[in-house]
Amino acid sequence: MLKKIVFILSIVSVIVACSSSDDSNGGSNDNFDRTALLTNYADNIIVPALVNFQSKMSDMETAKSDFINDINQTNLNILSDAWLEAYKAWQHVEIFNIGIAETLSADENSGFVVFFNRYPVTVSDIEAGAASGNYDLNAISYYDAQGFPALDFLIHGVADSDTTPLDKFTTNPNFEGYANYITDVIAQMRTIINTVVSDWQGSYRDSFINNTSSSATGSFNKMVNDFIYYYEKGLRANKIGIPAGNFSVDPLPEKVEAYYKNDVSKELALLGLETIEKVFNGQAIVGSGASSQSFASYLDYLENSQLRDDINAQFLATKQQIQSLNNSFSQQVMEDNTQMTQAYDLLQGAVVLLKVDMASAFNVSIDFTDSDGD
Amino acid sequence: MGILFLFMPKTISTYINTKTNAAPLAVFRIGFGLMMLLSIVRFWSYGWIETLYINPKFHFSYYGLDWVKPLGNYTYIIFVVCGLSALCVALGLKYRIAIITFFLSFTYIELMDKTTYLNHYYFISLLSFLMCFLPANAYYSLDNLIKKKEYNQIPKWTIDSIKLLLGIVYVYAGLAKINSDWLFKAQPLKIWLPSKYDLPFIGETLMQQHWFHVAMSWSGMLYDLCIPFLLLYRKTRWVAFALVVFFHVFTRVLFPIGMFPYIMIVSALIFFDANIHERIISVFRTLFKNIKTTRTKLKTQVYHYKRQNLILPVLTVFFTIQLLLPFRYVLYPGELFWKEEGYRFSWRVMLIEKTGYAEFKVVNGKTKTSFLVNNSDFLTPLQQKEMSTQPDFILEYAHYLGQHFESQGHENLEIYVDSYVALNGRRSQRFIDPDVDLLKQKESFKPKNWILPLKDEIKGL
Repeated sequence: MLKKIVFILSIVSVIVACSSSDDSNGGSNDNFDRTALLTNYADNIIVPALVNFQSKMSDMETAKSDFINDINQTNLNILSDAWLEAYKAWQHVEIFNIGIAETLSADENSGFVVFFNRYPVTVSDIEAGAASGNYDLNAISYYDAQGFPALDFLIHGVADSDTTPLDKFTTNPNFEGYANYITDVIAQMRTIINTVVSDWQGSYRDSFINNTSSSATGSFNKMVNDFIYYYEKGLRANKIGIPAGNFSVDPLPEKVEAYYKNDVSKELALLGLETIEKVFNGQAIVGSGASSQSFASYLDYLENSQLRDDINAQFLATKQQIQSLNNSFSQQVMEDNTQMTQAYDLLQGAVVLLKVDMASAFNVSIDFTDSDGD
Repeated sequence: MGILFLFMPKTISTYINTKTNAAPLAVFRIGFGLMMLLSIVRFWSYGWIETLYINPKFHFSYYGLDWVKPLGNYTYIIFVVCGLSALCVALGLKYRIAIITFFLSFTYIELMDKTTYLNHYYFISLLSFLMCFLPANAYYSLDNLIKKKEYNQIPKWTIDSIKLLLGIVYVYAGLAKINSDWLFKAQPLKIWLPSKYDLPFIGETLMQQHWFHVAMSWSGMLYDLCIPFLLLYRKTRWVAFALVVFFHVFTRVLFPIGMFPYIMIVSALIFFDANIHERIISVFRTLFKNIKTTRTKLKTQVYHYKRQNLILPVLTVFFTIQLLLPFRYVLYPGELFWKEEGYRFSWRVMLIEKTGYAEFKVVNGKTKTSFLVNNSDFLTPLQQKEMSTQPDFILEYAHYLGQHFESQGHENLEIYVDSYVALNGRRSQRFIDPDVDLLKQKESFKPKNWILPLKDEIKGL
């Protein structure tokens, strides 16, 4: 019996030994360089976009302080401009719900996004909060009463029984409450983005690029999932599909992004699409100098350049359709919703290419669940 | 038991009455019981009872078995029953009741939601069904102590029937691999293996080589086809067992297949001669020698079935079904791997990598107004994944959506699906006819003509 066990062990070890020695003569190591890809994403794309957003947030806070110190329409307009600049910069970072960002809220799918861009905003919560001073921006029930949508209402919307947006801060009985609310919302946003940026600039950048594991927690896997999640939910559904009524019996024009400012929803959507395109192709969103190591180059490596081209063609067709829409999506929905639903259909075309073809080529599971296979 | 008769040199009746040492079956019973207990504990400890059976709002049922559902928090009790009965099987305590209880509870668990269908769970159900008819407590069991007698000889066919079941599993799994995707395109291994780039030594090298994917496919096919015969033949048995260990440990490293490899390794012990099993039992005896039972001398007898003439026909029917069922797919037109009609319960393991996407549209047939469904409102990610690639899931889910929206007051309901699937590295193509109102389609064993054909051909069995 002992002989037989020795015999078995030697067979196993020979097989194992053969398996691992054969290849060293095999020549080139043709494995895709994930570290290079992750480094490109971290150093040339994600961190510059986050830092840019952080500085736009800082500009907005300055504009807000100037406004609170001297409340008048001119300063409110300056704040509105700063808000739009920050909102545009946000479109370049919403997708990066990774690292500490995804741990910051109680919503594990949305992570830090709940503090910046959950819309439509619930105005009654803001009004009640301004009246009572009783609100907790960390509570789940306030996720839809803060961030850019809340600022959109505070800067551009008209509160109950007011006549102009500025009235909230002047003649409204709760004018102090509104000033506190806008201050708290911006403070919350700044705290969150500062946390995220300092984590990336601290230890997270290295652990991100070094986590080349093939498991669901590997950085590449998470990037693919975040990319598809943002494309499907943040861009396709939230910006276009929901207002166009794809998910409801009737169109819902009041659910567009930046509803109170109103004439910028197209601009914001195009920036979201630009983020998708640049992340896919590995190009810098802010600044320059990216290495193009990306999902696209990985498809090339997998000898699937046709899919890469098809995806880029679909992005281009979508961009052209969105460019032809009204600056205000709520106007577009009310005037000619078929143009909106056509944009949705084009966005949908790439969902299949990304979520089925690309995910399958990468062998990355979307929404990974832990369970046994066959 | 057609194939079984090939193994025996004499006539049927002498074969039926041939006796053999009871030790292999006793060791098998202990190994099986312990593995099952471990599986249940593992399943529970990972929180899967909650995530797979309690949290989902909706469960996918097998056709005609929609009454088998999780029982809310009482579901845990089924797992307790299943685990305890597995322990009793291992101990050989009230064996007959224990194994029947195990078979029923385990099978109930597997039928609760077909999202979790795995071939190896099906294998466990079949094996435990078979074991209900076998005298696995004849030797080295607590039942021996209770009844104060043990049987050292049992009918040879009882052990052979387990070998036959294992043989069917392997050979059919091997036959299913004889197809052009597996052998010539090395699919789906070509998708799966390169993604294991982070394995030590072989990850960045072997796993990336095309020749290695092809070699793995061919050797996997040959392994499945040959291993039962190599295990049967005395001279190749040890080599075969080494291969079993190597193959299953290797697949365990590569794929998330849970307990299955260990179960197969332990099961393969049944092929060894009785003296090996006697040694294993003597190891148990030394381990437990401190527990002094009232060492009354057990009466040793030869085991005789009381109702062998009833049991044998039942098992003959059972094995005939096992041999025929995997071939039922020939009754369905179109590509099996694409349509999956007659795919389950056939030992088709690791043959397809499918990724799918299915978006459902709820239409008011009169006003033609419509809206899209967010699947995550109703299904877990795992359910969405399984649903999006399998037509029977898509149909069942569409009917569930129909009931849901009808109860919400929607009228004149029609439900359509926009669905795409990518199979074994092919580009995605439309899966279900988008113009078919799924609410008008009924589940049945008939071919589903609303599945669009695969625009490619996969040759083979």
